[in-house]
Amino acid sequence: MNNLTRKLTFFAALLAVWQALAWSGLWAEYIFPSPLGVVQTLVRGFQNGTYLIGIVTSMQRLVIGFGISASIGILSGLAIGRSKLLDETVGSIALGLQTLPSICWLPFAILWFGMSETAIFFVVIMGALLAITTATEAGVKNTPPLYLRAARNLGAHGWKMYALVIFPAALPEIITGMKLGWSFAWRSLMAAELLYASTSLGLGYLLNMGRELNDMSRVMAVMLVIIAIGLVVDRLIFAPIETRVRARWGLSG
Amino acid sequence: MKLEIRDVTKTFQSKNGALTALDAVDLDVQAGEFVCLLGPSGCGKSTLLNVIAGLDAPTRGHARMDGKPIQGTGTDRVMIFQSAALFPWLSVFDNVKFGLNMIGVPKPERQVIARKYLQMVHLAEFEQASVHELSGGMQQRVAIARALALNPDVLLMDEPFGALDAQTRDLLHDELQTIWTETRKTILFVTHNVREAVVLGDRVVVLSARPGRIKKIFTIDLPRPRQIESYAVVDLAREIMAVLKEDVLASTRDADARLLQTLEAQMVGDDVL
Ligand SMILES: Nc1ncnc2c1ncn2[C@@H]1O[C@H](COP(=O)(O)OP(=O)(O)OP(=O)(O)O)[C@@H](O)[C@H]1O
Ligand SMILES: [Mg+2]
Repeated sequence: MNNLTRKLTFFAALLAVWQALAWSGLWAEYIFPSPLGVVQTLVRGFQNGTYLIGIVTSMQRLVIGFGISASIGILSGLAIGRSKLLDETVGSIALGLQTLPSICWLPFAILWFGMSETAIFFVVIMGALLAITTATEAGVKNTPPLYLRAARNLGAHGWKMYALVIFPAALPEIITGMKLGWSFAWRSLMAAELLYASTSLGLGYLLNMGRELNDMSRVMAVMLVIIAIGLVVDRLIFAPIETRVRARWGLSG
Repeated sequence: MKLEIRDVTKTFQSKNGALTALDAVDLDVQAGEFVCLLGPSGCGKSTLLNVIAGLDAPTRGHARMDGKPIQGTGTDRVMIFQSAALFPWLSVFDNVKFGLNMIGVPKPERQVIARKYLQMVHLAEFEQASVHELSGGMQQRVAIARALALNPDVLLMDEPFGALDAQTRDLLHDELQTIWTETRKTILFVTHNVREAVVLGDRVVVLSARPGRIKKIFTIDLPRPRQIESYAVVDLAREIMAVLKEDVLASTRDADARLLQTLEAQMVGDDVL
């Protein structure tokens, strides 16, 4: 049996056991939905548009928040990586704050920005920012000195040195940091939407709604959507970029 | 462009105290001259090139170009490193254009100049290739084109062919001799390979073990183009090797043991001839 058939057999068996347990009637449908029930809910959710709205709302927050994080993170990482003073001051704060799970910023954000969209953005931004900053900083510090010497020797200095040598040299690590930052931001967004569902219509809100309606099949359907988005972004966007950049930079074996 | 090195001394401060890499080196290099530097490992050959490139400041003394003291880097002196140090995020073409971009040459002109030098190193058809697709020898040729594109007066080459196999190296010797004849650059060329030095240089400067001092300068009066296996080259190489070996033997460092091995391998090679 090759890898794929082994996997497929496993999933088929899992679904079969799950379906059998659901049919056995040991638990109520709303506590233990059948896979078929979950699929039905999923289809209905897409048909009536609620999932689409949820996905669009969450992705909008994520993309905008992540974009802000990435811009600030990369710029500050470049600065910290090149300046001893910034490294010892701002750099050490960034390192310290990184240990804080980013959802812990939510109370802070609510006090500052109230129950608003801004508060959610704030949590998303804080989720990714420090990971991207520290990765960029590490990338800059690990730039092979030879590149810098060669570039200086060819007349590079000032902003051209940053934009055309230091940044691209650090790019593999920056991308790894962005991948990590993205997954942090995604997690904090879901947590924020869940904890603070009143105004948000994102996927976290839909998850919470399933709980309020006592409907496990809704909860599981939304969980599947969340997993799918995470996988798609990681496997179809970040992983290929990362592989290609590492190969081109001569970093993969 | 005449290069004058006067009393150049370089001391590095390290945890184990001061280390003198170069001690009062005096050397004049004429415009268009090809000078090879030989010496045991750690005797300060790279340090000397760094001082001339302006990547490093001497502790004492100075280097001058046409009477003007060298301060900092400048595109009139370009270094070529042992590992080609190409930028992997740029295509071959963009690598060659890099320096031109830095000094603000307009775009259309950059293209023309870069093409010219890629042609000179026989890599015109690899313009769009990325760096990791090239062999070591091809990368080194791109590095040479990248340096030449800036039209520097002086090329500083730090064991540029040290990591290449013998055939590729011979090929690049021929190419470099042709390029030098065409462009008449002043070249300072560091190598561990004595025959390479004899094939390429107008003069071969032998440095002593650390602290590096000039031990002896050989003038190579052989007609060009020279062949690495010719008797004249081999004879001269043997003479220079004998001088070099005294210093290598005097030193006990590991890297020198390796150099000694290569020297001996070269010697054996000679005896076979
Ligand atoms: N930045 C530095 N800081 C401290 N010591 C240094 C530094 N650069 C070089 N040195 C020391 O100076 C000495 C000369 O170094 P250099 O690299 O010039 O030698 P080299 O002749 O080029 O040797 P090789 O043939 O092995 O390349 C060495 O002992 C080296 O350890
Ligand atoms: Mg060296």
